[in-house]
Amino acid sequence: MSDAITAEGLVKRYGEVTALDGLSFSVPQGTVLALLGPNGAGKTTTVRVLTTLLRPDGGRATVAGCDVVGDARRLRSRIGLSGQYAAVDEHLTGAENLEMVGRLYHLGARRSKARARELLERFDLADAADRPVKGYSGGMRRRIDLAGALVADPPVLFLDEPTTGLDPRARAALWDTISELVAAGSTLLLTTQYMEEADRLADQIMVVDHGRAIARGTVDELKDQIGGNRIELTVTDAAELETARQALTRFAVGAMRTVPESLQITVPVADGPEALRQTLGRLADAGVRVRDAGLRRPTLDDVYLTLTGRQASGTDPQSREATR
Amino acid sequence: MNALTMPIADGWTIARRNTLKIRRSPDLLGSVITLPIVLVLLFAYVFGSVIDVPGMSYREFLLPGIFVQAVIIGAQITGYTLTLDLQKGIFDRFRSLPMAPSAVLIGQTVSDLLMNLASLVVMAVMGLIVGWRVHTSPHEAVLGFGLLLLFAYAFSWVTATVALALRTPESFNNIATMVSFPLMFVSNAFLDSSALPTPLRVVAEWNPVSTFTQAARDLFGNTSTAMKTSDAWPIQHAIPASLLWITAMLIVFVPLATRIYKQAVSS
Ligand SMILES: Nc1ncnc2c1ncn2[C@@H]1O[C@H](COP(=O)(O)OP(=O)(O)OP(=O)(O)O)[C@@H](O)[C@H]1O
Ligand SMILES: [Mg+2]
Repeated sequence: MSDAITAEGLVKRYGEVTALDGLSFSVPQGTVLALLGPNGAGKTTTVRVLTTLLRPDGGRATVAGCDVVGDARRLRSRIGLSGQYAAVDEHLTGAENLEMVGRLYHLGARRSKARARELLERFDLADAADRPVKGYSGGMRRRIDLAGALVADPPVLFLDEPTTGLDPRARAALWDTISELVAAGSTLLLTTQYMEEADRLADQIMVVDHGRAIARGTVDELKDQIGGNRIELTVTDAAELETARQALTRFAVGAMRTVPESLQITVPVADGPEALRQTLGRLADAGVRVRDAGLRRPTLDDVYLTLTGRQASGTDPQSREATR
Repeated sequence: MNALTMPIADGWTIARRNTLKIRRSPDLLGSVITLPIVLVLLFAYVFGSVIDVPGMSYREFLLPGIFVQAVIIGAQITGYTLTLDLQKGIFDRFRSLPMAPSAVLIGQTVSDLLMNLASLVVMAVMGLIVGWRVHTSPHEAVLGFGLLLLFAYAFSWVTATVALALRTPESFNNIATMVSFPLMFVSNAFLDSSALPTPLRVVAEWNPVSTFTQAARDLFGNTSTAMKTSDAWPIQHAIPASLLWITAMLIVFVPLATRIYKQAVSS
């Protein structure tokens, strides 16, 4: 299968700040890549370079076979973009916004109009279609901007935090829409803060930090890499934290995390309920009074903290977090 | 679509967007209509009651000056609107679409030209009400308005350039006010500039505002033989001098604004 997106050694600097530090990756046609990373990691910068909004200072990238610098115009006719902040005209209605985008994709007046109505329906905005966007809620703005990315049915889509600010229903609806598009052969690069979203949509996940890729793999690969489940415990007294830590070392399949302020310990474990039962027994034996205990799936937090923790070889993720 | 038709088609789409916007923002439309009315009344009755010009009524002398003043203020809408758009994300949308980059500025300047046309119409009606008359043939009068509109269009590109370089509405407004006021007042727009002390008089004679005002007076026939006009070349040949100014503005500022636009939206 050929690659819809390729990036080789992308570099982008803003004065002192290196937003992209030699980022390389590729996205096979018809697949979904999710970029995960903390604030300032370089996710938006990556999207802006690939959609020709920014010129890279170094490296090369192609999208749908077009070079981002040399072949920008042709590239733009093959992509749809919804940026992190909605790019819509406040004074125009939702329908007028989408119609304008259609005309600027050169779909012609009739098709632009029809397409606008279709998308308004699909994004549950039909009732608000003829109201100026100025009066839309945050989530409605987000949806009209997403609709803008789909107007021309482009083969490659870029969505920067598409579901931030959406209510659960709208989020689920968008996920369905995206799944349909991908099933029909579109390629998607999305950035997200939600593990669940990456889980649901992405074939591959790339974790970025400081403009570099620090991990890449399928959802399962990454989750395996950081341990399958998490046991989260709250003890009664600060003095018990260290005792608990020692008692639990043999259950942990990765670095344990302690938050002294809230008396919490997080332990990555290999299996689920059985580990929880054994852990609690072990703690009772050690005389630790457990106030709260629970089992949960890894979150973006876990992936990020664990991966960056390992990356920094031995540094406690907690202290790393504090110095950033 | 080819390289020639695309900027026109896309420019038309953007101009349509702008006219929709104008229809929805009554404050902008209101100022385009009320400003000329206020200007005409203010200058005609306040200045008009103390200033005399030889051989004709002050109001007839004044109106071409007010036309030029309104065009200068009206063309600033282009720059101001662009700075507002720069603050929002809409240019990101435009930049990610396969449209002609020049279309954004073409569309903006064209729709602002329509605003200037509306303002000139209101002003001409106000002028007729307070006693301004055209003394030349109808086709010269049409040429007069045509010249003012050409000036408006060319000057829109100047304000676009300044706005894209400065980027914020606040700094654009500051600079625009600081530059346009001296330009309008050290000219023959409101006074007989030959009465000014020599250094100011020379500035006024070569000021393009005087050139355009004089050209409008010539084309509308708002001149008098009893008035001593200046010997300076741009006043003696106001119509060709105006056309030269317009050509120069377009040649310099159309490419310059387009270049700064591409840079301004890609950082
Ligand atoms: N226009 C700019 N000028 C200066 N620095 C910038 C600019 N845009 C981004 N940066 C810097 O580049 C780095 C990467 O920013 P980017 O917006 O790509 O991060 P992100 O991963 O999208 O973060 P977030 O999750 O907050 O959206 C940050 O350190 C940021 O401060
Ligand atoms: Mg971002």
